[in-house]
Amino acid sequence: MHFVPYLHEQILSAWPVSVVVLLIALIGAGIMLAWVAVVALVAVWAERKVSAHMQARLGPMYVGGFHGWLQTAADGLKLFLKEDIIPAMADKWLFIQAPVLVFGGALLAYAAIPFGPKLVVSDINIGVFYILAVSAIVAIGIIMAGWASHNKWSLYGGMRTAAQFLSYEIPSALHLMPVIMYAGTLNLGEIVQSQETGLFGWGGIFGWYAFRNPFLFLSFICYYISSLAETNRTPFDLPETESELVAGFHTEYTGIRFSFFFMAEYADMFVVAALSTLLFCGGWNCVLPRSVQFVPDPVVFVLKCSAFIFLTMWLRWTLPRFRVDQLMALCWKFLIPLGLLNIVGSGLWMYIFGQVK
Amino acid sequence: MTGVDEEAMDADLKSLGFRVEERRTLASGSDELLVNMGPQHPSTHGVLRLLLRTDGEEVQEAVPSVGYLHRAAEKIGENVTYDAYTPYTDRLDYLSSMNNNWAWAMTVEKLAGIEVPQRAEYIRVIVAELNRIASHLVMVGTYGIDLGAFTPFLLTFREREEILDILEEISGGRLCYGYIRIGGVTDDITPTFAAKCRAFLRQYVPKLDAINELLSYNRIFIRRTANVGPLSAERAVAYGCTGPTLRASGVDWDLRRDEPYSIYDRFDWNVCIGRGEKGTVGDTWDRYMVRVREMYECVKMCEQALEGIPEGPFRAKMPRKFKPPIGECYFRAENPRGELAFYVVSDGSKKPVRVKVRAPSFCNLSAVQELTRNMLVSDLVAVLGSFDLVMGEVDR
Repeated sequence: MHFVPYLHEQILSAWPVSVVVLLIALIGAGIMLAWVAVVALVAVWAERKVSAHMQARLGPMYVGGFHGWLQTAADGLKLFLKEDIIPAMADKWLFIQAPVLVFGGALLAYAAIPFGPKLVVSDINIGVFYILAVSAIVAIGIIMAGWASHNKWSLYGGMRTAAQFLSYEIPSALHLMPVIMYAGTLNLGEIVQSQETGLFGWGGIFGWYAFRNPFLFLSFICYYISSLAETNRTPFDLPETESELVAGFHTEYTGIRFSFFFMAEYADMFVVAALSTLLFCGGWNCVLPRSVQFVPDPVVFVLKCSAFIFLTMWLRWTLPRFRVDQLMALCWKFLIPLGLLNIVGSGLWMYIFGQVK
Repeated sequence: MTGVDEEAMDADLKSLGFRVEERRTLASGSDELLVNMGPQHPSTHGVLRLLLRTDGEEVQEAVPSVGYLHRAAEKIGENVTYDAYTPYTDRLDYLSSMNNNWAWAMTVEKLAGIEVPQRAEYIRVIVAELNRIASHLVMVGTYGIDLGAFTPFLLTFREREEILDILEEISGGRLCYGYIRIGGVTDDITPTFAAKCRAFLRQYVPKLDAINELLSYNRIFIRRTANVGPLSAERAVAYGCTGPTLRASGVDWDLRRDEPYSIYDRFDWNVCIGRGEKGTVGDTWDRYMVRVREMYECVKMCEQALEGIPEGPFRAKMPRKFKPPIGECYFRAENPRGELAFYVVSDGSKKPVRVKVRAPSFCNLSAVQELTRNMLVSDLVAVLGSFDLVMGEVDR
């Protein structure tokens, strides 16, 4: 935001402003893409190692030397070199676009995620809203993939996604509301800054919104649950249930197109972990007060996100999955009423304890 | 459509009792959809094929279509000698080869009136019960996968691996053993066999408890399985269901106790039946849990049998050219999946005239069509998994 005029006036004054904006956008997109690739690479490897150790195995051990850390890169390379198959009866145009939309939706969200104060690609004032909005694009991509594949199992996957995404968008947004009420802003950076001090003016962990009042804590838990559903993770991985729908919406996808779906899943995981961190767990503020924090902000932030991602993996390798109707019942009968309750409860709490701004 | 044999598809549809027009219902704007589940599908456990008529997620009807793994196992029986048929029985229910070998051996022994040495009987009980544990472990693990829990699968397979190691030590095989022969067993047990078995059984029970904690009593798991697809005792009997599937429906029937063969009457153990603790009697949770509980009983039996192995020969004296007397014989044994029975007709030559296999999975499968009416696809998978079908046995 402040970067563009600065660059235009001070350094690249000879260039037209549109070119500078484009240049900045490209650089930003490049950084985001690189980061998503790193996240996917590390997260896939971590998932395999975590699952392996939970299942009394070792997981990848050879590629790259240290505990198979390059395994994902090797697998990625393999996927890139594989034959790209488009089924004869598929809707070719939609089939090609679907993975782009899914990955694009996941990638766009990164633009508004701050890794530290001002350390963000685009510091927009509606950050939370923006992330929720672009994440919904993923659902369209998955439905498209399900429809375009001309495979009944894919279609089931797409249908389940439609139902699941639309339903769980609501509780995840509702449970973010109390935080936004407290912070009084949709800008993620400002939300984090408002968590530097909290109860009784104490800093550190007491500033985190998750621990400000009981309603917010409940919201935190519920948001985490609905974020699992939004990222298709166990126990809500219904769109791609291997044992029921073969592979769900990506049954017919091969090679690089499949790898886009795969990367998008892990990219999404980081986004929801980042949202949990930024809104409920103090973002880049570590457990100690800000004045004594000695670890760099981005490191704290990424570590917190990693903790959430680990929790997600832990759940995946522990729990069975829900049935469709149970999933919907959980959303509509439990999470949504609780979301409304939390908004009212937090409002009353703010009013009674004089925390209204 | 390109490359599609329309006539063949129509004929196939007709043979399964569907109307030919139903194949094009999606195009005609109806909500009904015909979906082929299998023969290649992750949760049909082999090459079972189900043709589903669905309305959205709801399966209105699921019609099983079998025969994709047909290898003419019964016909082969007419062309090989009695002893040479043993390896073919391995391949019926390939997860419980020992039990298959044993049932075949006992059928022929009954036909020819062969007395089996005591040592062989004890060895047979031990290996058969170990194989039963291994077989149930596969069911528990794959059932977890069917319901989305991956970890129990690897934990159960690790335990199964230990059993396979033990069985490999005495038989040389890890899946198809051909160990129990007519008149006894192929070879004597190794000197370390008993100690290895004891060591395995000792550490096995706590691990089974852990798997129970992880899967069987998981709340999501219970919600997925309790009250789903209950099979009443009456229908189970009518369909000829046997083994754990029958016992889960509350029918107290186990051949090892009610029609004791070999030396099963010497052991102290219990028959596990479904009691509907989490839902209805005979629901999928019961069918699953009966198998889990049976594993504890297998451990008891193995331990008792290990204590009592007598000295002596491990195989009866058999003539070089074995020819049973003219006659016919039917014998049934309790296999991990139910009653495996052989009917064999002898004309006094070295080859049987007719071999008929009564496969438990085949009879159990017949109940699937009725149970899966009007349920969700997810429940269909849960029900199918709980029957623990092995296609090698269904198609023979």
